[in-house]
Amino acid sequence: MQRSEFFKNFWRKPIFATIIAILSGFIVAAIILASAGYNPWTSLGALFYGMFGRPKYISNVIIKSTPIIVTGLSVAFAYKMGLFNIGAEGQYIMGALAANVVGYLVDAPAIIEIPLIILAGVAAGALYGGIIGLLKGRYDINEVITGIMLNWIALYFSNYIVNLEIFHKPNTASMYAINESGYTSLFTQWKTTEAAATFFQEHPFIGDIMRTDVNMGFIIAVALTIFISWVLFKTTKGYQLRAVGYAQEAAEFAGIDVKKNVIQTMLIAGGLAGMAGVLNITGIFPHAVSQLSAFESYGLNGLCVAFIAGGSPIGCILAGLLFGGLLYGGQSLQYMAGAPSEIINIMIGTIVFFVGLEGLVGMIVDRIEKRKAAKSKESGSSDSGKSGSGTGGSDKKETVTTETKQEIQSPELKTLETGKSQ
Amino acid sequence: MKPDKEYAVQMHDITKTFGACRALDNVQLDVKKGTIHAILGENGAGKTTLMNVLYGLYRQDSGEVYLYGEKVDIKNPTVAIRHGIGMVHQHFMLVENFTVAQNIILGQETTKGGGVLDLKRAKKEVEELVARYGLQVNPDAQISDITVGMQQRVEILKALYRGVDILILDEPTAVLTPQEIEDLIGIMHRLVDDGKTIIIITHKLREIKASADECTIVRRGQYIDTVKVADVTQSELADMMVGHKVRLSVDKEAAKPGETIFEIDNLQASDDRGLPVLKNLNLAVHAGEIVGLAGIDGNGQKELVEVITNLRKADGGTVKIDGKEIQNTTTRNTMNSGVSTIHEDRQKRGLVLDFTVDENAVLDSYMKEPFSKRGVLNKKAIHDFTSQLITEYDIRPDNCGDMPIRGLSGGNQQKVIIAREIANDPDLLIAVQPTRGLDVGAIENVHKMLIRERDKGKAVLLISLELDEVLNVADTVAVIYDGAIQGTFPQSEADERTIGLMMAGGGTDAAE
Amino acid sequence: MKKWKAAAAVVLTIVLLSFTLTGCSMPQKDDSTFSVTMVTSDGGINDQSFNQSSWEGLQKFAEETGSEVRYIESKQPSDYLTNLDRATDSYPDLIWGIGYTFADPILTIAKANPDMSFAIVDNAYDDTPFNVTGVVFRAEESSFMAGYIAGMSTKTDKVGYVGGMKSAINDQFQYGYDAGVAYAAKERGVKIEVMNQLVESYTDAAKAKAIANKMFSQGADIVFHSAGGAGQGVIESAKDNGKYAIGVDRDQSYLAPDNVLTSALKNVDTAVELVCQEKMDGQDIGGQTLSFGLSDDAVGIPTENKNMDPEVYEKAMEVRQKIISGEIKVPATEEAYNAYAASLGQ
Repeated sequence: MQRSEFFKNFWRKPIFATIIAILSGFIVAAIILASAGYNPWTSLGALFYGMFGRPKYISNVIIKSTPIIVTGLSVAFAYKMGLFNIGAEGQYIMGALAANVVGYLVDAPAIIEIPLIILAGVAAGALYGGIIGLLKGRYDINEVITGIMLNWIALYFSNYIVNLEIFHKPNTASMYAINESGYTSLFTQWKTTEAAATFFQEHPFIGDIMRTDVNMGFIIAVALTIFISWVLFKTTKGYQLRAVGYAQEAAEFAGIDVKKNVIQTMLIAGGLAGMAGVLNITGIFPHAVSQLSAFESYGLNGLCVAFIAGGSPIGCILAGLLFGGLLYGGQSLQYMAGAPSEIINIMIGTIVFFVGLEGLVGMIVDRIEKRKAAKSKESGSSDSGKSGSGTGGSDKKETVTTETKQEIQSPELKTLETGKSQ
Repeated sequence: MKPDKEYAVQMHDITKTFGACRALDNVQLDVKKGTIHAILGENGAGKTTLMNVLYGLYRQDSGEVYLYGEKVDIKNPTVAIRHGIGMVHQHFMLVENFTVAQNIILGQETTKGGGVLDLKRAKKEVEELVARYGLQVNPDAQISDITVGMQQRVEILKALYRGVDILILDEPTAVLTPQEIEDLIGIMHRLVDDGKTIIIITHKLREIKASADECTIVRRGQYIDTVKVADVTQSELADMMVGHKVRLSVDKEAAKPGETIFEIDNLQASDDRGLPVLKNLNLAVHAGEIVGLAGIDGNGQKELVEVITNLRKADGGTVKIDGKEIQNTTTRNTMNSGVSTIHEDRQKRGLVLDFTVDENAVLDSYMKEPFSKRGVLNKKAIHDFTSQLITEYDIRPDNCGDMPIRGLSGGNQQKVIIAREIANDPDLLIAVQPTRGLDVGAIENVHKMLIRERDKGKAVLLISLELDEVLNVADTVAVIYDGAIQGTFPQSEADERTIGLMMAGGGTDAAE
Repeated sequence: MKKWKAAAAVVLTIVLLSFTLTGCSMPQKDDSTFSVTMVTSDGGINDQSFNQSSWEGLQKFAEETGSEVRYIESKQPSDYLTNLDRATDSYPDLIWGIGYTFADPILTIAKANPDMSFAIVDNAYDDTPFNVTGVVFRAEESSFMAGYIAGMSTKTDKVGYVGGMKSAINDQFQYGYDAGVAYAAKERGVKIEVMNQLVESYTDAAKAKAIANKMFSQGADIVFHSAGGAGQGVIESAKDNGKYAIGVDRDQSYLAPDNVLTSALKNVDTAVELVCQEKMDGQDIGGQTLSFGLSDDAVGIPTENKNMDPEVYEKAMEVRQKIISGEIKVPATEEAYNAYAASLGQ
């Protein structure tokens, strides 16, 4: 009885639905691959090899995930108070841009340089998010609309700055890189030395990892996640935010200034997305903003990550890693198996779609359980002699009948309730 | 009374229960063909439930329904519509950005065949109806652009378009201006002249006198009587509506009122439509006194609370607590000035249902020490505080601090709110409908808590739609009608008949 | 809640590991077959431009020689280095970076892998590492021909140029074209106005179209573009306005058969194939920049131009000969263009 209770609960946990969604993504991808004439087994094998096949791949997956985790965090944070931060993309762009500009213009020792770059990027992202917050809080303009529009403005503004003569590195599509003191990459200098070369030869595992842009970004991302969780659940600020997110009217009645909180939330969310930009500029090659012909989708991927994570900050780390892995590993899907890497987008789309259908999984579980119960009822009546299961069966039967009853009544009750509450 | 062809609607021995609550108990209703029949009763008396049975929204547990002498089984609204029954709800069900004509034909669209809308013909049909009953509306106007009174006409037109013979109007005047009410009464008479039958649900005596031919009175789910309106006075109707109530015994000593804590002077405010809803309201509450505000829903109580808590702007007048004006400041300022409010809508305004009991217990004090220090919450202090409240107020289940408050029963949720508000140690405690939806035991508990606060020397303002409650608990009873206080009585002199009449606007009618 | 997150992680890991263990193995270095890998720029493999053209060159090379060719698609500039690094995992004989945006990544990867060879399209280093080959095109030569044809064909004596983004490569197109127009103007003895504008993007076709629309409305009747994917907007605009566009990189007449005058071809495939062949033949091509022009048939104009006056085509062929012979020195930079214009006496 207890065990079945345990499983029953597990089937109903959102995480179960998420796992189902992820598996569905893979299954759909496999079906499409098969129908396009690729062996799904080797194709997906190539995908996983591309994610985990070598130490450096794992390292790259982590590196790719880092900014997505942080933008995901930004979206999840805003979502806690009911805001849909689709503007994370623009905030990311502004953060990266500000980080690049400051990192290039200021050449100070790392101990000053790095905090300065972080400050610049976070401030730029925060201000950019703050615009959305201000428009939402003050004038009640939908944050999705302003977010999307500001994303485009950020894209073109970034391209404009990149092409300014003082910033544009000739014969490239990007700005001058930031000064090396601003790098958060680890061992950049030592990596190219003779000593390092011999060391890597002796320790191929580490050597392999060191071929990648190993940087402190992931550690910062994890630290940020913990910090944001702390803010949300342990501080008065987070308390206010969640209260507004769950029940705006109750929060208002309790004297919480909703408008102010909207603006503050967007400032913080924007700062986080800006931080994602900083991590990319300081952490990975080419340490500069490139001319963008389209969105790089850090913000939009962050949206998906937050969605898959169910808005949980800690979940963003896992979902971000999954995302980074698929995006990075997806390239070897094509490289090794010859399958189009677009399959990854289909996969991601499927996963998000199925996560959105979370309720469906619950319904299916209900259906299955009911059917089971109905069967056990049948068998119970025809074959009551069976020991042990008999009591369990009848037990279930009772709950099921009440459940169905409720269901029949509920539409009526709903109309009644809405009629009354209005 | 036997089923008779002369009666458009007959409902005999209707009983309907919701769980343990008997909403309707052997109720009778006989409506003569071609008349306006009023159903009168207090909030929650069962008027609307009865009509919902007739319209097929609920099924009665027992009893029969006859239309023109024929027994019918109204399973759902579709059946009701087929039998020519139409209902205009208190809240209109119109598509805001459709035109009047489009709304009227919605669900029964005129088509040219092949599913193509024939708006021209539809418009013509609507215009015919408009002309026939003098329901002046422009068929091409958008719903969002016309007044509420117009919208109501559209609802009536919608019913007529479907060919109804029996029209139910649920509290049709609640949202209308006096002029619109007069127009509506005119429309109703024209409809009856055309052979329709109208059932109107209301608790406004004046309107019944002005429009209805007969009136059936229900009180707490019980059928009281059916009378010819012409034969009775307003005060007789009020008497039947309110009844001679058995007072629940509430043990309390005589109040020892102290100085004035809370004072409202000439307060004016408007509702969401911008119409005046508080009209020079005056009220005072003293320390060590419970003032009960009696009144029927929709007379300005909601707006009064919103003005006091600064969720609504005052257009004029003052609200003073301890001599300090607080109107048109912030909600937080109201709280800091020593006002705690138990809101009537506990699930929407009073609690964050997804929060735990702990978190809800400090909803308006989380920023104070010891619950938080420099912006960081002290979960242990909060939990200890909640545990204390749980013990003190007997909130069940005990140790529910970490549980989402959603899982608690309504009574226990209310206890959390009351405990929280009292713990703020306010100078003035405002309790709005504090016992709504609670069972008898819980109600008694809430009343005791309010009296205990009074005895501690607090000022208490109890706003309730239950006259019983006000009469039993309050030391001073004030009656609100149409946004103003109509009269104030000490508890000993509060006579429910007078008060009932005043609540229903009868008093003002007499004065006019 | 957290417990379930952890459980999810475990389940995922198990699923992933099972794939890893049973999955295919990485292609190892195989000395017997010559292998080439290319990394695309963020335009992707089907960009109707260099990436696609380079890949076609590689496929043709593979067909002819039986070599093994692969590509890795980049989604964004920050992918370039990691993708090059991934390409090195299978030790191909030559790794291509497509486009000048690969300049820095190729330098970095070449330094980290001195035992491997790299090539880059459209970039000339000042100081080319020993294991890197730069491949550039004298696009100014084909652009000059395009400009000459435009100058000879214009009825309004106004022509336009729509560029992508400011860069040395883009300059080749712009100034080559401008010089060609000037050459034709001198020949015809008239003054031809050239409107120059950049889209600031290689993908924003809508913006390019708006620019071209403006040029046509201001009197231009022929507009040349070198704006990659964005340039499709220019061709669309020509179609809408009933005027002419000059395509770039490949013969773009298929986009609007009646409105494409000609195209300034840049046969990246030819060059890629040539370089691969040289590498396969064991030539030491590292440490230098190979320049491809009209003489290699790596740039030029199509032979079929149904909208062009055959006479103009004949004359254009004469110009081509003059460029190959060195009689005409085509400018590729603003400075050179100014000098050239001065020499024409304009």
